[in-house]
Amino acid sequence: MLKPATEEDLAEVLAAATEPFAITGGGTRGLPLQGAPLSTQGLSGITLYEPGALTIVAKSGTPLAEIEAALAAENQMLAFEPPDYRSVLDTDGAPTIGGVVATNASGARRVQAGACRDFLLGARFVDGTGEIIKSGGRVMKNVTGYDLARLMCGAHGTLGVLTEVCLKVLPRPETEATLTLSQLPPDRAVAAMSAALTTPYDVTGAFYGPCNANQNPQAHIRIEGPEASVTYRIDKLNDALSEFTSEMSVETADRSKAIWDDIRHLRFLTANALVMRSAISSSRIANALDRRVFATDDYLDWGGGRVWTSVTTDVLKTASDTLEDDRAGDPDEGASMIVGLVREELAFEGGHSTIVKASPRVTASACVFQPERTELARMAVDLRRKFDPKGLFNPGLMR
Amino acid sequence: MQMPSPSPEIVAKKSRIVARLEEALGAEAVISDVEETRAYECDALTAYTCPPLCVVLPSTTDEVAAALKICHAEGVPVVPRGSGTSLSGGALPTADSVIIGVARMNDVLEVDYPNRTMRVQTGRTNLSVTGAIEDDGFFYAPDPSSQLACAIAGNIAMNSGGAHCLKYGVTTNNLLGVKLVRMDGTILDIGGAHMDAGQYDWLSVICGSEGQLGIVTEATLRILPKPEGARPVLIGYKSAEVAGACVSDIIRAGVLPVAIEYMDRKVIEVVEKHANAGYPDCEALLIVEVEGSPEEIDDQLGVIKQIARKHDPVEVRDAGDADEAARIWLGRKSAFGAMGQINDYMCLDGTVPVSELPYVLKRTGELSEEFGLAVGNVFHAGDGNMHPLILFDANKPGDLETCEALGAEILKLCVEVGGCLTGEHGVGIEKRDLMGVQFSAADMEAQMRVKDVFDPAWLLNPAKVFPLDASETRRTAKDAA
Repeated sequence: MLKPATEEDLAEVLAAATEPFAITGGGTRGLPLQGAPLSTQGLSGITLYEPGALTIVAKSGTPLAEIEAALAAENQMLAFEPPDYRSVLDTDGAPTIGGVVATNASGARRVQAGACRDFLLGARFVDGTGEIIKSGGRVMKNVTGYDLARLMCGAHGTLGVLTEVCLKVLPRPETEATLTLSQLPPDRAVAAMSAALTTPYDVTGAFYGPCNANQNPQAHIRIEGPEASVTYRIDKLNDALSEFTSEMSVETADRSKAIWDDIRHLRFLTANALVMRSAISSSRIANALDRRVFATDDYLDWGGGRVWTSVTTDVLKTASDTLEDDRAGDPDEGASMIVGLVREELAFEGGHSTIVKASPRVTASACVFQPERTELARMAVDLRRKFDPKGLFNPGLMR
Repeated sequence: MQMPSPSPEIVAKKSRIVARLEEALGAEAVISDVEETRAYECDALTAYTCPPLCVVLPSTTDEVAAALKICHAEGVPVVPRGSGTSLSGGALPTADSVIIGVARMNDVLEVDYPNRTMRVQTGRTNLSVTGAIEDDGFFYAPDPSSQLACAIAGNIAMNSGGAHCLKYGVTTNNLLGVKLVRMDGTILDIGGAHMDAGQYDWLSVICGSEGQLGIVTEATLRILPKPEGARPVLIGYKSAEVAGACVSDIIRAGVLPVAIEYMDRKVIEVVEKHANAGYPDCEALLIVEVEGSPEEIDDQLGVIKQIARKHDPVEVRDAGDADEAARIWLGRKSAFGAMGQINDYMCLDGTVPVSELPYVLKRTGELSEEFGLAVGNVFHAGDGNMHPLILFDANKPGDLETCEALGAEILKLCVEVGGCLTGEHGVGIEKRDLMGVQFSAADMEAQMRVKDVFDPAWLLNPAKVFPLDASETRRTAKDAA
């Protein structure tokens, strides 16, 4: 595997290259990449960390764990809580900060604090001609030129290989607590989470699942801050949400941490022959779920704005059986069908859905990302051609 | 400031262009009388003026598309305009350009409280977005000081900030979707009421693109429940350095105020005369505001005051009630107006790492003496977004030039210490020729590629953001075509 040790080395490699690369950080995301493996892990280390300015600069291949340890030592954190996909994808390796940025990996606190893209202040990358490019910087307000750094965030390495990123960090909250509401059907749970998120009490997490009344679903609502403040706000929320259910409990710091740690590591995704991640308005999610034909397991984060959908092999087979031809019984056929159905319902409700895990056959035919409308798709091709004229970067991943 | 010379061919066919626009949108949507177009000859950067060929004020997205299609077909440059409050000349026309303004499109289209989003037409002013939802306990967070007048369209074009972005972020962090009309008249819906992009994050480049990628006619905005309450504390210091150190310590301590504002003696003295806010006699003053319930505010301010006292303040002033809080904010809020009453001034907008504030303030003072023009400082200290106000006399020959030269030096200083040329006002024409201080040719080339995707003919606001020599081949290629 190619692991350039400096930005200049990487630039040289890319300037000379004619064949595609599979660009990875720690390789924990199991994406269907084609080409010769090229990892950013050789570009590693924290370049600058200024706790008093709430900023950290690190080379893209720096392990996320190293960054989080440095931040923790100063009582700070990456507020967007990047999820860890290793347990659900059964991958090993260490997530890198560049991988986090390239995939805009954002977790539960996104609903209040923002996504990775919101905390990205600047980036350096090498484009497909070997040119080294910087955008943004290391200050919190910067409107100098177009925001290419944010464009790189979520582009999955298809526009350039990140070499360095600068992120805004936040103080770690003193403590936390979680309000758990039980026995709510999905529509009522979404209403309760919306009610919580529209109070002034600064809810920093709103998660619910599974969306199946027979499986003891729970809604978790998190409050963080100084001890006295957390106690006060939990009390207020308790009152505000009492109309939704009488089955409400308060999880104090340790238990609360464990709940959100499980969410961050996606440990709730146990039945996972097919896993999808969708974005939708929380006001439309209940409608979308009502249209489900097959028995998917759905979990809602961001107060209903993000949906994790996981499907067992049995359900995939059941889906394929409805084809009533020689495709019946083939889980891949079922998966393709369910991906199509989920995307159709999300498109109808104004959202989109990404495949997190599926067999290679399914991702090859269905595409990891929900296809864009025609004109935006054409612009995406044009944009890629301009940043990567030789077609070097993760070809076929975004299309 | 150099602008490309207007194309004589385009100026010569003015009547045809006007006729086509009137036919498509109706005569009441087109202003072509030379006297009337003067109202659009500049924005809030009044040092530069030039009336446009004509002005179009559409009422619908389809009309914006129709007008753009005509200009595209005629090869006429278009300058998009919100309310014309840009401080960097973002809406400055050229004599061969058509201004397309969204001021008549100011409806609220949809409010969704449970999902905490609203959809508005972008001619709506920033303050009236909050105005439409505040009775229900919500607000739109970005609050540029021009919020009474500035339009959401301009906020998106410049990625506007405001005093409260330390906690709530700037426009890009509060924008979820747009309806954008491309130069060729194609209407695109990008993003929506959901929280992340499906594929490329187009919004990230649209926001802050200074009207060079398209005209945004509708926006889906993130709205937030109002906090229970907010309260400021005022802290006076004997020196800028100490005030800067206090800011850094507050941020590091783990409390996150919604705003940390800074004013120096020069500005304090002027606002004292103008607004009589009763500020203490000191070199540097901080206003720190926190939010929450009364008890939570007490707790947070307690921590902040404890930090402040370690730095030997001249005064720490609490706001006992709403009146006292308003008085603390009064001087800050009237600072720009007050400075404008005593002098012509140029307001810079460089941003520096918070840790570099003391050095940059000291160096700015030295430069001010070197150039012989006074500089006042009033800015958002929490995020390092400085607003040095260079005082000059517009009627004195050579003063504007000296002022611009001093401004350029201060901005170079900002970049040198790891900051940037502009934190929230935008590049426009004002900082266009300084882009090379912050970016390499390759950096700018990469940015211009994005414009190539949206506007390959380079007709939208073409003479802004990028130095004219950097954009020349692209801008003139269209003449050949």
